[in-house]
Amino acid sequence: MSAYRVWIIALLLTASGLSLFYYKWQVLSFPVAPRVQAEVWTVEVTISFEAGPGPIKASLYIPGLTPGFAILEENFVSRGFGFTENYVSGGRQVQWARRRAPGFQTLYYRAVLYKDPTQTESDTTPPFPPKPRLGEPFNTAMEVLIEDVGNKSADAESFAKELLKRLAQPVGDQNVQLLLGPVPSAADRARTAQTLLAAARIPARVIRGIYLQDQQSRARIVPWLEVHDGTRWLYFDPATGNQGLPDNFLLWWTGQDPLLDIDGGNDVDVRFAVQSNVISRIEIAQRRSDDKSSVLAPFSLFSLPIQTQAVYAVLLLIPIGALVVVLLRNVIGLQSFGTFMPVLIALAFRETQLLWGVIMFSSLVTLGLAFRFYLERLRLLLVPRLSAVLIIVVILMLVLSVVSHELGFEAGLSVALFPMVILAMTIERMSVVWEERGPTEAVQQGIGSLIVAMLCYAVMDLDIIKHLVFVFPELLLLVLAATLLLGRYTGYRLLELYRFRGLAGSGD
Amino acid sequence: MFRLAKALRAKGVLGLNERNANVIQRLNERRLYPLVDDKLRTKRLALAAGIAVPELYGVISSQHNVRQLAGIVGEHRDFVIKPAQGTGGDGILVVTGRSAARKRMYQLADGDLISDNGIRHHVSNIISGQYSFVGTRDHAMIEYRVETDPFFAGVAFQGVPDVRVLVYRGYPVMAMVRLPTRRSRGKANLHQGAVGAGVDLATGRTLSGVLDNDIVYEHPDTGEPISDLAMPHWDHFLALATRCYALTGLGYIGVDIVLDRSRGPLILELNARPGLNIQIANQAGLQGRLTTIDDWQGAEYSPEEKVARVREAFRTIRQGQ
Repeated sequence: MSAYRVWIIALLLTASGLSLFYYKWQVLSFPVAPRVQAEVWTVEVTISFEAGPGPIKASLYIPGLTPGFAILEENFVSRGFGFTENYVSGGRQVQWARRRAPGFQTLYYRAVLYKDPTQTESDTTPPFPPKPRLGEPFNTAMEVLIEDVGNKSADAESFAKELLKRLAQPVGDQNVQLLLGPVPSAADRARTAQTLLAAARIPARVIRGIYLQDQQSRARIVPWLEVHDGTRWLYFDPATGNQGLPDNFLLWWTGQDPLLDIDGGNDVDVRFAVQSNVISRIEIAQRRSDDKSSVLAPFSLFSLPIQTQAVYAVLLLIPIGALVVVLLRNVIGLQSFGTFMPVLIALAFRETQLLWGVIMFSSLVTLGLAFRFYLERLRLLLVPRLSAVLIIVVILMLVLSVVSHELGFEAGLSVALFPMVILAMTIERMSVVWEERGPTEAVQQGIGSLIVAMLCYAVMDLDIIKHLVFVFPELLLLVLAATLLLGRYTGYRLLELYRFRGLAGSGD
Repeated sequence: MFRLAKALRAKGVLGLNERNANVIQRLNERRLYPLVDDKLRTKRLALAAGIAVPELYGVISSQHNVRQLAGIVGEHRDFVIKPAQGTGGDGILVVTGRSAARKRMYQLADGDLISDNGIRHHVSNIISGQYSFVGTRDHAMIEYRVETDPFFAGVAFQGVPDVRVLVYRGYPVMAMVRLPTRRSRGKANLHQGAVGAGVDLATGRTLSGVLDNDIVYEHPDTGEPISDLAMPHWDHFLALATRCYALTGLGYIGVDIVLDRSRGPLILELNARPGLNIQIANQAGLQGRLTTIDDWQGAEYSPEEKVARVREAFRTIRQGQ
């Protein structure tokens, strides 16, 4: 009767869990696969200068329209300076100002960006540029070149391509050589190309940006050419004439203005540092959800405050760990100290990484046991002794953190995440088992607990599991159903087969 | 793997999951557990029913009263201190005598000496719940030390052997004798390294033994054979075990009985979650016997009739070794 009831309940739980899951997946299009991690780029601009006696005003272009990238967050660090953000013709600009700031000054701008293919430059269509007026012999050279290129092209795109090809290989073309000058830089080429395109009444502009490559402490600013074909902007490399914007090119500002304009300072130095990090998609989603209301929001954890979300991202894994414990204990037959101790240890492993977690857990328990055996000789009452073990565990954690920090093992710092009360209880119970049943059984059970914790960790750390329980918490109904059914599992445990193996053979 | 499971199923071997779900949860009411989990209550129930138990010298229930220990022990040269709610034989201190050379020192069963301070610390540990089921406060019982019947002299290493009789719905269904070894440090618990030997319910003769899930025929320390020994007072053992059912009303219990040199079989304790190793010791599965007894339900039998029925039904067919 009760078995029958358990099946019905499990069935109902599974059905409701799955239908909610299906609805969110198909109708609300929640992602089932974890796009676990995303690369983010941190770009830092450092401006340092020697301030004069008077007021200081510094204007720095900062990324505004960034095709291919989205800005996650940005900071301005400038001690004592007031700052304002403006939109100017070249893009976005930050202005720092201060009445008096003698001596060496440093200003920082920091932006965190991630790839977002949906970001495009959505400018209004620019007006046709006026025909440039050049002195002779440049005007004639320009006219000849324009006509020549015009004959070999059909539209704005092919015109720009042909023109840039000519500019890229000036050898043997006197007109081009004349227009470019003796040793043309990429910026010169871009500027010349813009002028020549204007002569053909094609809107074009020079843009500046940097390549996002990892670990650049001094990124270079690279000019790029934008040509408008009447509907959208086309991108060309002014140095080679190749079309298209590289994936990792970050548009910083447009136009011919300098990056930084500073009044009242000299010895100005501007540095670009680029670094790539990896952070989870969830994190991006969380940070974005601040300013963007998402479709996911009303029916999910995403609508909760971010800190609460982070807590649930961990809490939701505990049922998974509990299910693993049920499987290991009731189906496999493994024993461990404390029913859910391994789950909590596994949670700590998530932060410490497995190897370090195992090393730290083992050393904590070993050291704790040593102290516990000494305490035994002091003949303390139970609760004070337990408290003493707890205090020793906390001290050991502290010592371990400090020592490993001194030795340069930063992983040792995360020892603080171990559940200390659980550790103290484990040490106490292990020492009792040690005395009552001998060291073999104590070590066996200790290792058993560690194995259970490692297996819990292995499952709880699966990206797909983490993603699914967080995005589809209703799947916990399935976990509950599975647990209920396992609660009615009356078959042999795997280790019992071994234990009773002697009984199977005899008597037939 | 599945073949093994199938073979075990065919032999009627009871697994832990099935024992917990279908036997213990069905037949052992939770409210009755304290009757057996607290050995003090069991002992008082047994005394009230006139069932033979080791004599209780005294009980210490608070830290304050630990100093009454000497008064309770009095002139007894040997005694046992045990936690009323202990499990698996943990926390039991067996004092066999006083040191001749040094006053205030006691001799333990394993030969060690312990000071009266040491004993008092042990008692206070017991009271604070170190050995109790859930870590709650406990009582320390000081009682008569059973003197092993000479019958067991060759097959027990120190300690006191006991007979575990599994009683299902008032019927003894399986029995084994548990013999301490050097490794079990005088304790009669199989998981601590004691040897168990199945006992044929019908004849009271021992079958093969089990040590750590392996079949053995000799005692690991003394080398004496442990199979085919005729247990003395076997009728008495079965009668005692059967009467324990009425004591608690629990449908599935393990009754631990010791054989004292002068007082005969005494009930030591009852266990509401008896282990399953008894099946290995008996080379037989429990499932079939439980089903047989289930089929007998409906008719009322006296304890004597119950014993007679099982001795008839569960006669072990001897196999060539």
